[in-house]
Amino acid sequence: MFAEENGLFGDPRIKAISDAIRVVPHFPKPGIMFQDITTLLLDPKAFRYTIDIFVDRYRDKNISLVAGVEARGFIFGPPIALAIGAKFVPLRKPRKLPGEVISEAYVLEYGTDCLEMHVGAVQPGESVLIVDDLVATGGTLSAAIRLLERAGAEVVECACVIGLPLVKGNWKLNGVPLYVLVEPRLDDLERTL
Amino acid sequence: MSSGKEGESASRINGIKSTLRIISDFPKPGMLFSDITPLLLDPKAFKDTIDFFVERYKNENISVVAGIESRGFIFGPSIALAIGAKFVPLRKPNKLLGEVISENYDLEYGSDCLEMHVGAVTSGDRALVVDDLIATGGTVCAAMNLLGAEVVECACVIEVPVLKGRERLESRGKPLYTLVDIV
Repeated sequence: MFAEENGLFGDPRIKAISDAIRVVPHFPKPGIMFQDITTLLLDPKAFRYTIDIFVDRYRDKNISLVAGVEARGFIFGPPIALAIGAKFVPLRKPRKLPGEVISEAYVLEYGTDCLEMHVGAVQPGESVLIVDDLVATGGTLSAAIRLLERAGAEVVECACVIGLPLVKGNWKLNGVPLYVLVEPRLDDLERTL
Repeated sequence: MSSGKEGESASRINGIKSTLRIISDFPKPGMLFSDITPLLLDPKAFKDTIDFFVERYKNENISVVAGIESRGFIFGPSIALAIGAKFVPLRKPNKLLGEVISENYDLEYGSDCLEMHVGAVTSGDRALVVDDLIATGGTVCAAMNLLGAEVVECACVIEVPVLKGRERLESRGKPLYTLVDIV
């Protein structure tokens, strides 16, 4: 669900977050408006609002672990984990994590990729939140959900700063609810970087 | 004799150090790797880690925290948020969109390249470089070259003294702050 449809309608923080995101037209290909969060990170207030909204939503949900998808999930996941007293688990590209890992492959537009997690990072029955900056097709997040469920975790929700409803009105991915702060914008604002 | 405050500080450092896991033959045979992932699985130790950096920098008018991909992304943003600074990701090639500046550098093993957005840092900014670990200092020096003269300090969780990263930074007049030594 979008934050605005779920109790945050009219919250000025949502607009501040949306406005802070830079849109790069026609990247990586014509028709795709790339949502660049680096400008959000250059705006301490808007970055703070982003984390605060997620923390307010999850602090009382008994989440014991936040899993962040490499690399931009590493930017948003740990501040949320620290604020709600949860563990943080990095979900990484292949061969980055030392020691024993479990792997989950997923399909890209051209080819496949793979996400890895440490064996033993998650205990069976743990309540987990998955965090990434953006959800598009949901391929990466679906792989993340599968990894955590294979380890016996219960994935409570997936949280992203930006996303399109995968099917309008369908806010679940593999049965897991998806919570998104803002929709992609279609054009860039006048801004100085 | 440690004062109560020093003793408590030492106790927190020991708690952080005790989470770290040393892995042999990673990423290549003969190498030793300091794995911070168990630190992240210990909420108190992870919070203590961030708190040490926040305590040190909160009154230093730091306007930019630059984190080195990827493990610098795990520590840098929380520090930036707590001290009200911008966060600037320093990334592997071709990840940042738009106009970037690049810096090649040697690693403990091999070589690599770091990129930063043009305009992310302006003159007058006071910057902190953050990464999980400093070895020879090659990566951190590349980061400082990208940021320019405005780097106030480099901050890492772990230092490997035998690899002399601290000396390398000192030769450039830049101080280093770390929490744990790995021998």
